[in-house]
Amino acid sequence: MEQTPLWEVFVRARRGLSHTHVGSLHAPDAELALRNARDLYTRRQEGVSIWVVPAGAITASSPDEKDAFFDPAADKVYRHPTFYEVPDGVAHL
Amino acid sequence: MYGNDFSAPDDATGGGLLGEVEAAEAELRAAAARQRRGGPAPDEDLAAYFTAVVDAEQKIEPRDWMPDAYRKTLIRQIAQHAHSEIIGMQPEGNWISRAPSLKRKAILLAKVQDEAGHGLYLYAAAETLGISRDELVRLLLDGRQKYSSIFNYPTLTWADMGAIGWLVDGAAIVNQVPLCRCSYGPYARAMIRVCKEESFHQRQGYEILHTLSHGTPEQQAMAQDAVDRWWYPSLAMFGPPDGNSTHSAQSMAWKIKRFSNDDLRQRFVDMCVQQAEILGLRIPDEDLRWNEERQAYDYTQPDYDELMRVISGDGPCNRERIARRRAAHAEGAWVREAAAAYAAKRAGQKEKVAA
Repeated sequence: MEQTPLWEVFVRARRGLSHTHVGSLHAPDAELALRNARDLYTRRQEGVSIWVVPAGAITASSPDEKDAFFDPAADKVYRHPTFYEVPDGVAHL
Repeated sequence: MYGNDFSAPDDATGGGLLGEVEAAEAELRAAAARQRRGGPAPDEDLAAYFTAVVDAEQKIEPRDWMPDAYRKTLIRQIAQHAHSEIIGMQPEGNWISRAPSLKRKAILLAKVQDEAGHGLYLYAAAETLGISRDELVRLLLDGRQKYSSIFNYPTLTWADMGAIGWLVDGAAIVNQVPLCRCSYGPYARAMIRVCKEESFHQRQGYEILHTLSHGTPEQQAMAQDAVDRWWYPSLAMFGPPDGNSTHSAQSMAWKIKRFSNDDLRQRFVDMCVQQAEILGLRIPDEDLRWNEERQAYDYTQPDYDELMRVISGDGPCNRERIARRRAAHAEGAWVREAAAAYAAKRAGQKEKVAA
């Protein structure tokens, strides 16, 4: 038999927080993945909402990509407010 | 009630080991917040990069480069740990139908369900290293991967549920708390989750023993008998003495393991002595006494020949445990097949609607 599909599970801990990846599980379809995720990852009321995503549907950047993927952001310090000097005495800035 | 143990992480009574789990979690966040290295430079030696990340107490994540031996060691260790959780359901499952009250039964059910959950967290962590679930299950059923020797001992009385919670889960926690700081991210995160839940297990066991040891003389004797039988197998859970431990040194260098087998065993003994006094139960060791010089208890070592016999398949219940697991897997096949057939049918219907 074919391997049962793998799902990544994301749980929102409380209203107002974002969903956070908690782990993965196997299930034949989305509905069962959701039920299994409830039984596996929220046995102690750890969440108010669950997302399940087929693991194969996630495209990830690779940590050892040779052409440094995140480098373009490294030399743009002027994107941070601390780059700018504020004259003494200026308030509300 | 037993859920409260978990939903109140700030509970001051949590201290001790639970405090350490939280410290490990905080450390994990702190390490992540520290100036983090990106991937290796194009011409950088990958092995040197790996070592630098580990030495800086940063986590290795699934898609990072890692030495083959590191990957193999982790797969072996995490799989063995997962198998132990799954097989560990059996000795306790043995008492679900005979728990002395509805409350005890509900608690034991929740605990056995937790063990299944722990097994699944750990299988998921192992799978991030590139081994499939089916393969892991196959390795267990074929006896090519091990599980903890402790689950090859029988649970003869209700008091064994208490002794398992107090001693076996207690030893497991001492072993596992340092794993919350393991260098491999998915394993460390799974262990934090496991350890938090594990602390309810230990306390419920302790409470069972405390109730029995303050009950009738027969109940007291039953509690003592359980402690007598589980003490040495629990000490053996920490593995062979440091001199004979094959995997230790390398695992320490890789920060998979943080303390030696003997250090952890000593820590466990030192913890148990006072707990036993409050229980009013005796630890079955005539030579157990405080050593002022070492600031630790001297104690009798478990029988390591017995440990090796049990690990190699010759314990009291090895055959029974594996036979039961094989039967459960085979008898559950129709459920997996039905679920897959149903999923395929539904996928087919959706396609028709879409078309």
